[in-house]
Amino acid sequence: MIFDDVMKVVLESVAELNLQLDASQQLELTPNTQLFGRGSRLDSLGLVNLIVLVEEKAADTFGKSVTIADERAMSQKSSPFRTVRTLSEYLFGLLKEV
Amino acid sequence: MPEQPVILITGASKGIGRAIYEHYLAAGWNVIGCSRSEIDESAKNQSHYSVDITDEVAVREMFSLIRKEFGRLDVLVNNAGIAAMNHSLLMPLSTARNVMDTNFTGTFLLSREAAKLMQKRKFGRIINFSTVAVPFHLEGEAVYAASKAAVEELTRILACEFAHLGITVNAIGPTPINTDLIRGVPQEKIQALINRQAIKRPGKFEDIFNLIDFLVKPESDFITGQVIYLGGVS
Repeated sequence: MIFDDVMKVVLESVAELNLQLDASQQLELTPNTQLFGRGSRLDSLGLVNLIVLVEEKAADTFGKSVTIADERAMSQKSSPFRTVRTLSEYLFGLLKEV
Repeated sequence: MPEQPVILITGASKGIGRAIYEHYLAAGWNVIGCSRSEIDESAKNQSHYSVDITDEVAVREMFSLIRKEFGRLDVLVNNAGIAAMNHSLLMPLSTARNVMDTNFTGTFLLSREAAKLMQKRKFGRIINFSTVAVPFHLEGEAVYAASKAAVEELTRILACEFAHLGITVNAIGPTPINTDLIRGVPQEKIQALINRQAIKRPGKFEDIFNLIDFLVKPESDFITGQVIYLGGVS
């Protein structure tokens, strides 16, 4: 497993989420796309749906079951859910630990 | 994805859970049971997982398998529970933690993971189990009743959090039914409880089937966050 594989899983999850969203809410498929906070088009429900999709896709792709919204993620000063890249980095770290 | 609805029942190896399992199997549903022990079954349309419902990794793996096999989950019945009937002064801390873990934490964990799967189809029914020990404030059941009171509040708040996902969350509070859970309780104590009910008879499995059948109906989509006691207890 390399980082690019993990980023691909996150981007595929964003693409799948886009199918459920109105055109005005859809996200660009880039590493710097904002997912959370100011500048993000996603509402809280959209972010929850994305996290569920990423967890599922990570389990299917890597055969490892991880909880992204864990205590570490929720307590970090700088949320790992800010962008596609930060989420991918966080997920990569979790997957390496399993 | 199967046409028939999919129901997951925890604590399905015995007692009320086993009865609910067989009820929905007979109705032609895709029935999934889960319990710490194995279940002996040979009928079609069923599967069973041996899972500790307080083990997050094991529970997530079970849901991953359900998603791959069925692609949907319509109903979760959080039936698994344990009781420990002791005066509080004699209650071991490890037992108290075990009761809270199974009854409350297990219900929370299963509900959280089930909702992730249910929200894909914007439909779901989560049915939790409370007990008449909560409104009766039964002496000797402080920890058990407290764990179920926690389940009741969880039910009300999850109902709010999951409403926009098309998922309803309700709880059933059965009266005493003759199962392993109350095997050690003296008959006169059970009778004293029954005498406090508006309708003074022991509960039957059919009373529970009837209520679950009602709650899982698509037409029951306006009923959520409710705790319904049987036998006229309030």
